[in-house]
Amino acid sequence: MGLFKEELKITPPMGRHFDPLDNTYDAIIIGAGMSGMAAAIRLAMYDKRVLLLERHNISGGLNSYYNRKKRGLDVGLHALTNFAAKGERRRPLTKLLKQLRIPYEKLELTPQFESLVSFPDVSLRFSNNIELLKAEIAQNFPKEVDNFERLLKHILGFNEVALDNEFMMAKDVVDSFISDHSLREMIFCPLLIYGSAWENDMDFSQFVIMFKSIYLEGFGRSRGGVRRVLELLRERLKEVGAEVCYRNGVKEILTHGDQSIGVITDRGQEVIAPLILSCAGFPETLSLIPKHQSHSSKSPLVGKLSFTETIFTLNDRPKDLGLDKTIIFHNDAQSYSYQRPQDFYDKRSAVICLPNNFIDDDYQEGVYRLTMMANYDLWRAIHEDKSAYNDKKNSVLKDSISIMNSYMPKLKSEDITFHDVFTPTSVERYTGHFGGCVYGSPDKSRDGSTPYRGLFICGTDQGFLGIVGSMLSGISMANLHGLMNQTQTASSTESMTTSPL
Amino acid sequence: MEAVEVRKVVLDIIEDIALDEDVSNLNDDIALREQLDLDSMDFLDIVMELKKRHKVEVPQEDYPRLATMSSCVEYLTPKMQ
Repeated sequence: MGLFKEELKITPPMGRHFDPLDNTYDAIIIGAGMSGMAAAIRLAMYDKRVLLLERHNISGGLNSYYNRKKRGLDVGLHALTNFAAKGERRRPLTKLLKQLRIPYEKLELTPQFESLVSFPDVSLRFSNNIELLKAEIAQNFPKEVDNFERLLKHILGFNEVALDNEFMMAKDVVDSFISDHSLREMIFCPLLIYGSAWENDMDFSQFVIMFKSIYLEGFGRSRGGVRRVLELLRERLKEVGAEVCYRNGVKEILTHGDQSIGVITDRGQEVIAPLILSCAGFPETLSLIPKHQSHSSKSPLVGKLSFTETIFTLNDRPKDLGLDKTIIFHNDAQSYSYQRPQDFYDKRSAVICLPNNFIDDDYQEGVYRLTMMANYDLWRAIHEDKSAYNDKKNSVLKDSISIMNSYMPKLKSEDITFHDVFTPTSVERYTGHFGGCVYGSPDKSRDGSTPYRGLFICGTDQGFLGIVGSMLSGISMANLHGLMNQTQTASSTESMTTSPL
Repeated sequence: MEAVEVRKVVLDIIEDIALDEDVSNLNDDIALREQLDLDSMDFLDIVMELKKRHKVEVPQEDYPRLATMSSCVEYLTPKMQ
């Protein structure tokens, strides 16, 4: 999620030596989201002349932060998935740090304490050690112990990044192992809401990626939250000499036939480059090409999943009020409905993030964040009507507080020192993602290709998930389309560069 | 450049890529990726660093020749004369 411009303490934009008279680059990157920044670092590391254009005054895209009343608050990112301890080999996080030449220590990563999947009659705790989840299943679903072991074995033996994997619905595969409906729903709940662009199910390869990143590798947090990660990326961008321009997005992508040749910026500058990598989203990127037929069958759909997020700061830390979980996947029904709600938002389920409850707590106060699924179209329709919009925001706030009270009955309303509500239209406004969608289009471009030569997608719509996935996406696409010998076809080089997970 | 210097060149590159790895006890005849946490993305970086630092081009069909330290030295020494 982006940020609220009017509230910002503006960080001085760096590298603003963009020279409109010398307008030819090796590569233009659209958007300073995490994937765009990672891509820019990789290309500039190997002496490419790179221009990174960001419409907003700060980087981060869907995972950003804002300041209010002297508080720095993260939006979007709850936790870093794919946790790895220092020196752990062949982990996505380790690969990413190596590719960007960022030493592990600089992340100052602290692991979660433990998280919870909470359904009406049963809860499952899990941590960064799969044994806890196994023990919880043994206790709550004793008949499923062997089934879960078999599922786990199948997952561990599955190559989720092979490019020739057949598309299989994950629920069909999991149903062939797990017989209990509740357990299946509970396993899927965190995996769907932490990254699926599809409603209620996902491709099995995606399921395995999510399963490993959440249940086997787990959650962590950088000291300083998302700011720390973005600072590290900005530091590297500066070191490798990428040119970064804030408050100057891309208004139009210039094409000649089916070849992209450059862009026109929001400020009207024409910039030419043989390579354009965009992390603005797949449909969003194509919409920058005036002649592109957005209704043709080849055009990617706009995703349907958007969210509200409520942020509270509290006088007490949740731990002191008896709540020690890091993330709670709350669901109030027998099944888990992961889809665009009929109403403005769906209060039957929520994800609660308690960033104090990582092992190392560096906050000055208690923080509580709550995310619910929301219907973009309904929010859009009342957006101009201030009083209707504020009424709905208030009802999100009220329901968020009532869910909060169910987990922290000792909390008194006077202990809430600050609150704020984001809606799907806030997401759209600050990230530029159509429909306020957070996990992008259901149509992914795994090799980053678009109908235009020279123009590629990175980030959410390339299909890797989470912030580790996002940065690996930028790295992979930069490697594949910017660093490998340009005469080689994508398919022959794919195995070298796009299978980091 | 002598073989021993070429070895040093490759070792310096690997050390910079695999920041957290100890490269002092490498066996020159065992595949690098079996001893270190190196994958195909890292081998791309070895190739990119050779080009950036020493202007040596390694075409993709020759990547297998970078498998061990010995094969690296054997392959790269004539290219670095």
